[in-house]
Amino acid sequence: MSRMEEAPLDHAGVQSSRLQNFSYRLSHLSGDDMFEVLSNVFACTAVVIIALTGIVLVRGSIPVLGKFGLGFLTGSGWSTTFGQESYGMLPYVLGTLVTSGIAISIGIPVSLGIAIFLAEMAPTSVRVPLSQLVELLAAVPSVIYGFWGLLVLSPWIAKYVETPLTSGLGSIPIFHGSPHGLDLLMGGLILAIMIIPTVSSISKEVMMAVPTSQREAAYSIGATRWEVVRMGVLSYSRSGIFGAAILGLGRAVGETMAVTMVIGGALGSEAVPTSLFIPGQTLASLIAGQFKEAESLQLSALVGAGLVLFGLALLINVFAQFMVWKVLKVKAGAVE
Amino acid sequence: MTVGLLEQVKPENKSTTLQQMERYKILTENLHAWFGSNHVLKDISIKIRENEATAIIGPSGCGKSTLIRCLNRMHELVPGARSTGRVVLDDSNIYAKGVDPVTVRRRVGMVFQKPNPFPTMSVYDNVAAGLKLNGVRDNTTLDQAVESSLERAFLWDEVKADLDKPGSSLSGGQQQRLCIARALAVKPEVLLMDEPCSALDPVATAKIEELIVSLKESYTVVIVTHNMQQAARVSDFTAFLYLGQLIEYGETTGLFENPGEELTERYLTGKFG
Amino acid sequence: MVAVVPLASILLEVIRNGISTISFQFITALPGVPGQTVGGIGPAIQGTLLLIALTSVMGIPPGVLTGIYLAEFGNNKFGRTIRFLNDVLTEFPSIVVGILVAALLVVATHQYSPIAGAIALSIITLPIVARTTEESIKTVPNSIRDAAMALGIRRWRTTISVVLSTARSGVITGVLLSIARISGETAPLLLTILGSNFFFSSWNQPIDALPLRIFNDASQADPFTRQQAWGAAMILIIIVLTLNIGVRLATRGRYGSNRSRI
Repeated sequence: MSRMEEAPLDHAGVQSSRLQNFSYRLSHLSGDDMFEVLSNVFACTAVVIIALTGIVLVRGSIPVLGKFGLGFLTGSGWSTTFGQESYGMLPYVLGTLVTSGIAISIGIPVSLGIAIFLAEMAPTSVRVPLSQLVELLAAVPSVIYGFWGLLVLSPWIAKYVETPLTSGLGSIPIFHGSPHGLDLLMGGLILAIMIIPTVSSISKEVMMAVPTSQREAAYSIGATRWEVVRMGVLSYSRSGIFGAAILGLGRAVGETMAVTMVIGGALGSEAVPTSLFIPGQTLASLIAGQFKEAESLQLSALVGAGLVLFGLALLINVFAQFMVWKVLKVKAGAVE
Repeated sequence: MTVGLLEQVKPENKSTTLQQMERYKILTENLHAWFGSNHVLKDISIKIRENEATAIIGPSGCGKSTLIRCLNRMHELVPGARSTGRVVLDDSNIYAKGVDPVTVRRRVGMVFQKPNPFPTMSVYDNVAAGLKLNGVRDNTTLDQAVESSLERAFLWDEVKADLDKPGSSLSGGQQQRLCIARALAVKPEVLLMDEPCSALDPVATAKIEELIVSLKESYTVVIVTHNMQQAARVSDFTAFLYLGQLIEYGETTGLFENPGEELTERYLTGKFG
Repeated sequence: MVAVVPLASILLEVIRNGISTISFQFITALPGVPGQTVGGIGPAIQGTLLLIALTSVMGIPPGVLTGIYLAEFGNNKFGRTIRFLNDVLTEFPSIVVGILVAALLVVATHQYSPIAGAIALSIITLPIVARTTEESIKTVPNSIRDAAMALGIRRWRTTISVVLSTARSGVITGVLLSIARISGETAPLLLTILGSNFFFSSWNQPIDALPLRIFNDASQADPFTRQQAWGAAMILIIIVLTLNIGVRLATRGRYGSNRSRI
C-alpha cells in the first residue's frame, strides 16, 4: 500500500476536521503551529516587498506626476533649475526600448545558436563543460561587464564597427554622428552580451525537455538534422524559448550598471535616440547616474522613472514567468 | 462480505485459559480510513495482544499498511487522508480530543518497508535521533540508550567500532536493523513493522525474523507482510485483510491450518493475490 | 564558441591589467589622494565583507524559511502564488530594489548607511535562497520524514533537524551562490551606501564596496585610479568565480562523506 500523494481531496471531510482542529489548536498553540505560522509569515515577505515597492514608488512620484501629469511620460525636458523645472521621461523610455531592442535582436539569435548547439549537436563531453562556462558567464557581476565594456570593448567597437558604418552609411539617420564608442549601440551590445548566458541556458533546458519521440518522429519521415531541429525541437519548445527571450528582455530593461558605464549619459532632449551613435540614457542608468545629487522634485522625477521601470519590468516578467511555467508544466505532463 | 469479527476472534481450541489471561494492548473499534474519497479501511475491529507478534496479511492494496499507520496516527500525515472510529491503546483512545499524536508515536514505534536511516547522520546519531530531538541531552543516557538499542537489534557487535560512520554506509539488512534500533531507542511499547523485509535478501530477512521473535518478549509487535510463510514463522496471531475488510483473525497456526473462511483459504493456497 | 569569447576576454584583460596592482598594501590601504600614486582599496574590501556578513544574517533565514514553507506547506493556491511572486522578485531590476530601500530609509533619514545597503541586498538574496532551499528540500524522500515522525519527533523539529539537515548541501549551494551574486551587486548600493574613501566609522555613515569602487574609479581620467579599478575588478572576479566554481565542484559528489551532528 503506497502513499497516495495525488489523491483528490475530500473537501467535506477535510473541512470538518479542520474546523475541529481549529478550536483545539487555539487552546494548544504548540511549537509546530508556531513554526507553521512563522514560515507562513516569512513566505509573505515576497508579497510584502512587491506591494511595498509599488506603494513607495507611486507615493514618491506623486509630486512630479501632479505637476506634469501625462507630460511626465511624453515630455523630454530635463531642467533642474529652481522655478523652471521640467522632467520628461520620453527619451529614457525610448532609450530603454532601443538598447533592449538591440540586445534582443543580437542576443536572441546568438543564444539560440548556442542552445541548439549545446542541446542537439554537442556530445556530452563538450556540452557539460561548455554549459558550465556559459553559466559562469551569467555569474560575472554587471559592473565588471560595464568596466570591460568601457575600457576594452568600446574603443574596439568605435574603431572597427562604428567608424566604418558612419563613413559608409552616414547618410542614413540612425548611423549619423561622430562615434566615440560610448553610445546607444554600445549600451545595446553590452546588454546583448549579458543576456546571452541566461537566454541560452534556459533555451537549452527547454530544448532538452523535448521528448525524444518528437525527434524520432521527425527523423522517421526522413528529415535532415536541421529539419529535425526546426520541426521536432524548435516548434515543440517554441513557447519556452519565447519565455526565455522575454526573460532576457526583462533583464535588459532592468540592467543598470553596465549600461550606465557605456551609454554616455545624455540628459533631456539630447537623449532622444535619433541615432545609434549618440550618447543616450535608459531609465535605469538615469536613476543610477542622477540619484546621488537629486533633491525634492528631481528626486520625485527619478522615483517616477523607477515607477515606469518597475511597471515595465513587472509586466515583462509576469508574462515571461507565465510562458516558462506553461512549458515546464507541459514538460512535467509529457515526459513520463 | 461483512464478517462477524468478534466470533472470529474467539479462540476455537486449546489453551483458552492462557489467552484469556493475556492483556490486549491495542483495540480498534469500527475503524474506517480514507484517502480522499477512496475508502480503504472498512469497519475494522481487532484486538491485538500484548507481547505477542501479530501478522497482518492480504493481497497488495488491501489496506494492511493503512491499518498499521492508523495505529500510531501516521495515516493522517498524508494529505487528504482521514479516519473515523476508535483505536484504544491500553485504556485510552488515541484519537480522542486533546491527545497529542506525537506522544502516541513515541509509544508506538514504526519500522518501514525500505530501510530509511537519516542519510546525513552517523550510526550513533541515527539511533540517538529520537531521544536527542525530543530534548535528551545527557551523554551517558544517550550512550547507554544507543548501546542497548543496538544490542536489542542484534547490531551492536557489527557496528560498535563504526559508530561514527554514516548510517547509509551499512548494508541493506544492517540499515534495517539500524532503523529498528532507532525505533527501540525511544522506548516504545508497541513496534509496528511495515513489510520490513521486502527490500532485503534472504539472509538479511532471516536475521530480521529471528530478531522479531526475540523482540516480542518485551514489545507488542504488529507486522505487515505479503509473505505468508513469514507470517507463519514469526507471528502468534494473524489477521487476513481483503479489500479493506477484516476477513479473518485468529491464532496463526489455526488460521493457516484450518482457515474459517473460503476467501482466506483461497488466498493461503495462492488462488489469488 | 562565441559564448566563450567575452568570458575569455574579460578574464584575460582583468588579469593582465589587475595582477600588477595586487599587493598587501593594495588590499588594506585607504585610496590615495588624487594625483598621488599610493593607495589601496581597503575600505571597499572591508565594506563588501561587512555587507556580506550583514546580508547573511538578515537575508538568509527568511529565505530559508520561505523555502521551507514552499516545500512543506506550499502545495496549495497560496503557496503557488507565493512561488510565482518569488520568481517575479528574482527577476526584479536591482535598481528598483535600491530605490525602494533608499526611499524608505535613506531619504527619510538623510543618511546613507550599511544597514540600508544590507537590507537592499537581503531583498535580492531572499528569493534566490528560497528557491534553492525549496528545490533541495523537495529532493528529500518522504520516507525520511515518515521515519522522523514515527519516532515521535515534532514536525518543526523534523523539518529543521532531519529534513533540512538532509537537504543541507543544496541549501548551502543556494546561499553561496546568492552571496556571489550580492558581492557583485552595484546598483542598489549606489543608492544606499553611496561609496566612501574611508573605513567603516559608524552605522549611519556611507561605506565603500568593491563594485562601487570599480564603478567610481573606472571612468576616472587619472591612470593610477583606473589601475586601481582593474585591481578591484580582479579581486571581485576572484571572489565571485571562486564561489561559483567551488560550489559546482562541491556539489558534484553529493552526499559523499558529509555528515551532520544533530
